[in-house]
Amino acid sequence: MTFLLNLFSIIAISAGVVFFFAGTVGLLRFPDQLTRLHALTKVDNLGLGLVVLGLLPISGTLLGALKLVGVWLFVQLAGATATQLVAKAIRKQDQTRGQQ
Amino acid sequence: MIIAPFVDIGLALLVIGVAVWTSFTREAFSAVIGYVAYGLLLTLVWVRLYAVDAALTEAAVGSGMTGVLLIGAVIRLRPTQSLILREPLGLAAKLLAGLLSGAVTIAIAAVVLNLPAPPPTLAPEAAASLHTTGLGNAVTGVLLAYRAWDTFLESFVLLLALIGVWSLAQDRYWGGAPRLAGPSVASGPLTFLAQVLPPFGIVVALHILWVGADAPGGKFQAGAILAAMWIIVMTARLAAPPSINQIWLRLALIVGPAAFLLIGIAGVGLADGFLAYPEGKAKPLIIVIECFMMLSVAATLGMIVAGPPRVEALK
Repeated sequence: MTFLLNLFSIIAISAGVVFFFAGTVGLLRFPDQLTRLHALTKVDNLGLGLVVLGLLPISGTLLGALKLVGVWLFVQLAGATATQLVAKAIRKQDQTRGQQ
Repeated sequence: MIIAPFVDIGLALLVIGVAVWTSFTREAFSAVIGYVAYGLLLTLVWVRLYAVDAALTEAAVGSGMTGVLLIGAVIRLRPTQSLILREPLGLAAKLLAGLLSGAVTIAIAAVVLNLPAPPPTLAPEAAASLHTTGLGNAVTGVLLAYRAWDTFLESFVLLLALIGVWSLAQDRYWGGAPRLAGPSVASGPLTFLAQVLPPFGIVVALHILWVGADAPGGKFQAGAILAAMWIIVMTARLAAPPSINQIWLRLALIVGPAAFLLIGIAGVGLADGFLAYPEGKAKPLIIVIECFMMLSVAATLGMIVAGPPRVEALK
């Protein structure tokens, strides 16, 4: 059972790392600001989610596991808000440029 | 663990890399973002050094609060940015700055390299008599029992910083309210965040305050989290910053240092002297100080970020 749980942790965390890697590549390679933001939010969402999922079996206590899920939810909330605000700023900038 | 040294070396390289990048960036806003990232990496370094109390403070105050203050400063200085870039520093000034920074670096390196190995430590003695305070977290023990005098003075430093900020107010605004930078109308996502997050933030802050007696945490980290919640609510325009002549605000600012002072003076009569706690009463008294200090830290940090008053006082 422990072996299976460890295997699950390794697979989930590795998958999360792949998402972080892909997100970083996207951040560096994508052509414009909005698609780069998109890459970033994917990482926050799926990468961190998979890492947290992988850490759940080895977190020890139920409270520890709940805290991990809480961290993921707060990062989601903060990330989504920040991305919306940045996207709005980009759009405003584009509009003022368009008028000039 | 075979991977741990590689993680540590990678972390150290990242910290140095971000520090160098931050120093060489010409654009002020980018430099501030670099500084915030640097602070978050330092937080990880503190965790790897098993100094979780320091890590929490670095994340909340060193990186978070200072980052917000610096972003505010950059926004206010933006009109002068192009002027600074157009007039580069003269060679003499560059040399002087380089020499001074080099001297500081060499002095710090000399001190660190000349430390006796192993360095002298009071940690075993501090841990051995921790039970007399009733606390489980040695850091809180050092801050509020062994070295209470230092912490007591520190509790006034924030207040001095706020007085410094307020003294920048123009005369006609004295007694008025600060005004935060940014759009003056509420925007969807930020309003949502400011409505959803504070209840959780308050619970987390109280939790960090409460566990501070026995685990990493305490008044400063908790106060910084409370202040962050207040700042989000103010930035989202859900609540205006208070006028600086409000009695409740003034009380909130001084209640922590005042409680510390009163309990300290009571120690003269009831215990061995100023800031000494009576036998067996140390833990409850420390918790009382921490609760009031959390309120004061939150109020002071929030008002420092809000800046000097820029709205005329209501007559």
